[in-house]
Amino acid sequence: MDGVHDMGGMDGFGRVEPESNEPVFHAPWEGRVLAMQRSLGYAGAWPIDASRFAQEQLPPRTYLSASYYQRWALAMERNLVERGYAGADELSAGHALRGGKPFARKLTPDLVKDGKEGMTRGSFYRQAQAPARFRPGDRVRTKNIHPPTHTRLPRYARGRTGVIELVHGCNVFPDTMAIDKGDNPQWLYTVAFEAKELWGPDADPTLKVSIDAFEPYLEPA
Amino acid sequence: MTEHDQHEGSSELSETQLRVRALETVLTEKGYIDLAALDLIIEAYETKIGPHTGARVVAKAWRDPAFKRALLDDGSKAVRALGHESRVGDHLVAVENTPARHNMVVCTLCSCYPWDVLGLPPVWYKSAPYRSRAVKDPRGVLAEFGIKLPASTEIRVWDSTAETRFLVLPMRPRGTEGWSEERLAQLITRDAMIGTGLPKRPEEVA
Repeated sequence: MDGVHDMGGMDGFGRVEPESNEPVFHAPWEGRVLAMQRSLGYAGAWPIDASRFAQEQLPPRTYLSASYYQRWALAMERNLVERGYAGADELSAGHALRGGKPFARKLTPDLVKDGKEGMTRGSFYRQAQAPARFRPGDRVRTKNIHPPTHTRLPRYARGRTGVIELVHGCNVFPDTMAIDKGDNPQWLYTVAFEAKELWGPDADPTLKVSIDAFEPYLEPA
Repeated sequence: MTEHDQHEGSSELSETQLRVRALETVLTEKGYIDLAALDLIIEAYETKIGPHTGARVVAKAWRDPAFKRALLDDGSKAVRALGHESRVGDHLVAVENTPARHNMVVCTLCSCYPWDVLGLPPVWYKSAPYRSRAVKDPRGVLAEFGIKLPASTEIRVWDSTAETRFLVLPMRPRGTEGWSEERLAQLITRDAMIGTGLPKRPEEVA
């Protein structure tokens, strides 16, 4: 969707302000949100793509004013309610009013301690369904698409010509994962663009930008 | 969150705290989460997972040409072979800085970041200024970090739009010949591995 989350190339947000000696968390609740998200991810509640899509659907004003972990919490609430794991009334009450809808598994302390299952990302690789359409060095054009749902093709790189640089194998396709239409594996490529192709003739001539693009985003150029 | 709690300040924090506590209580009562597991996850990110892992990887690559080749060839495999406690996901790509090319990593669409090797991302990495400008005006962004590169250096920005994660392999500073991995690792900052910084100079560390 063409939301405010798709920030590449926007002006007006001001300077980047690094914080010296930044703590891992700025408040204890941030860590709680992260750990709850990790636990629900392990449980198989919904894919990361659905978490991202829920954030993208926050009202623009909320998206821009909430902090990173506030957005996570808001997206978590949305997914819990939409998928029937909790009621909005329960979140308001601060207590469960009904029984839970069971998950396949639960993240327990022993799984976190051994550092394998609980603390790592699963693989996003999948078996290839067809040969890769492109090879390194091929010129490709990104499609000019504007799906109203989740996509990982940023606006600034739509309808642009670039060169395939890396072929990453077949990965789950976020555009379908986010809307519960399956993992729909697709070849994934790093595509590099000259800055002038993205930003016009006045762009920094020494700049190249790459995106990781799924095959359905691309056509031969 | 409701409109009034979007503003900075303690009232906003307390409302967020209450809301997060409500989430935690509901999820616990429904049997979805284990609070002891939550504590351990938080502790791991506060004490174990951080940029020291990435620094060890870079230091080894600086000293060991075969490891450097392996790292550039398959980042995940090379890092996993070092046997880190927390297994690195299988989508890590290391990109090498050279005198001709400087690499910088961003995620314009959310805040994707190589957690396994760098820990949790700093606030600026997740901020709108960085996400919006890194792909269009990286030299301007670098200037805000106090970095000025030669005008002829190619700048390559990697937008992390999929599950691939990028680790910048910075250039080894001069004057570090014969240094051990441990000593070299002290030069390697988190920002150097994102591409918004450079390694420390030898005289900056003991």
